[in-house]
Amino acid sequence: MSEAILTVSGLGKRFGGFVALADVELEVRKGERLGLIGPNGSGKSTFVNCLCGTLRNDAGTVRFNGRVLDGLKAHERTRLGIARSFQLPRPFTTLTLAENLRIPLLYVVQARGTIGDIDRRCLDLLDMVGLAGKAHHLPTDLTQIEMRKLELARAMAAEPSLLIADEAMAGLSHQEVDDILALLMRLNEQQGVTIIMIEHIMRAVMHFSQRLVVLVAGRKIADGLPADIVRQDDVVAAYLGS
Amino acid sequence: MRNSAFFAALFGVAILVFGAAKLIDNPYVFFAGYVVLQYIVLSTGWNILGGYTGYVNFGTAAFFAMGAYSTVALHKLVPEMPLPIMMLFGGALSGLIGLGTGYLTLRLRGTFFGIATLAMSVVVQTLITNWSFVGGSRGAYVVRPDTTSVFAIDYIEYLFLLMLGLSVIAVGVARAIEKSKLGYGFATIRDDELAAEASGVPTLRLKLLATALSGGFMGMAGAPLPYYVTYLDPASGFSLSYAVNTIAMPLIGGTASWLGPVIGAVLLGTLQQVATVTISSALSLLIVGVMLVGFVILAPRGIIGWFAPKRGKGA
Repeated sequence: MSEAILTVSGLGKRFGGFVALADVELEVRKGERLGLIGPNGSGKSTFVNCLCGTLRNDAGTVRFNGRVLDGLKAHERTRLGIARSFQLPRPFTTLTLAENLRIPLLYVVQARGTIGDIDRRCLDLLDMVGLAGKAHHLPTDLTQIEMRKLELARAMAAEPSLLIADEAMAGLSHQEVDDILALLMRLNEQQGVTIIMIEHIMRAVMHFSQRLVVLVAGRKIADGLPADIVRQDDVVAAYLGS
Repeated sequence: MRNSAFFAALFGVAILVFGAAKLIDNPYVFFAGYVVLQYIVLSTGWNILGGYTGYVNFGTAAFFAMGAYSTVALHKLVPEMPLPIMMLFGGALSGLIGLGTGYLTLRLRGTFFGIATLAMSVVVQTLITNWSFVGGSRGAYVVRPDTTSVFAIDYIEYLFLLMLGLSVIAVGVARAIEKSKLGYGFATIRDDELAAEASGVPTLRLKLLATALSGGFMGMAGAPLPYYVTYLDPASGFSLSYAVNTIAMPLIGGTASWLGPVIGAVLLGTLQQVATVTISSALSLLIVGVMLVGFVILAPRGIIGWFAPKRGKGA
């Protein structure tokens, strides 16, 4: 078993009196493909936001490659190697597709020291997600699936070692889901990127994940092999009612 | 065009402008031209924050007047200090105020940030009104020499030259930012701050840099004002028309590039100066209003929007 890239211990987050996350423990190993599921409002996105620094966790710690992340801002975590895609795509709308990818290249990859021809890199990344033909278009010209691909490409441009895909496939057709899945699989298998996938589409999650974690009402109720998890009584109850 | 080449070109344009003003052989040209140049600096400074990062600042008058009042104070303390040094002081002071305002208010977005800057302007005006060292509500007189002490240039021409030089610097800096990593960072703040952070952009640091730069240029634009008007009181230094004009000019010219504020300032500033002489000075704000309404309808992306290619359509 390879070493842990991400270790979350005792993570807690409250919004006023509402407990969004309580005592969440999680360990993700290098190169792993992890699925994170849970009903709406179970705290998945809050969990991602706490990992990425968009929100501050009230309790517990997040360690990434052995380093404690608490107190670091989102952009600092991105520079350390955590990238995310947003649930609803958030492209830079006044910049072209190529310029959208230029941002992480300039602010993350270049800040780490090594960068070659930036224009070339932008095109290569766009090519990877099949958007090279629209490099000089604005994101407003894109369809939903293209926006999601751009979102993933921008996350990948930061050359992360951990990618968190927050519902990258919601609302897409069967074929489109397969496209995105294939893309994520390639990233994991060819480039060794660790991926946490948050998803409601069970077909995608079951196909993709090596391990499945279930959040319900801010608590982790299950963690194990996907085939076992979906048969677990409390998981079924959380989704379908008992 | 490389930045150095662009600066050289700007410098050439500045020499032509000064030469043309000299040729007209009417001292009033320098009086009127100074105001237009002052607005080029103000609207270019405003656009670094308002256009590039999308934070609309209604507090121009505060930054501008702080620059002017720092000159009033320096004039009393060290009368022999050369004006360009005073401008640096004014710029530094306003830049610092920009930094402080930024730190306190940049958690606010959109309208709320605008209201906070407007409030800041009122607070600063109240402070100055109650500070008798710089004249308080009575105002302060600054005696303008007829000529400069070193080259014996006519003082109004000297002020014009200083503002021309400052315009060159402001426009050159604005353009250099636009094409740089910093410019891209500013654009991501304008578009989506959460996504910017996720892409590694240190948004708070960049926003503070933008407020400081923007405030600094406004302060430098205000620093020579006491010598220009020779009598400065809070009501005129903090006049709302500075804030209104400074927002209207980039909007009319276009906020997306360095050229927009320049076009807006030259067009609107000149029109106001002409109207002041030929019709009435009371007309200037009306002109701004009418032009804003017109341009919102005819050129929502400003004048440069007419010429800029629509990106993304079959590009």
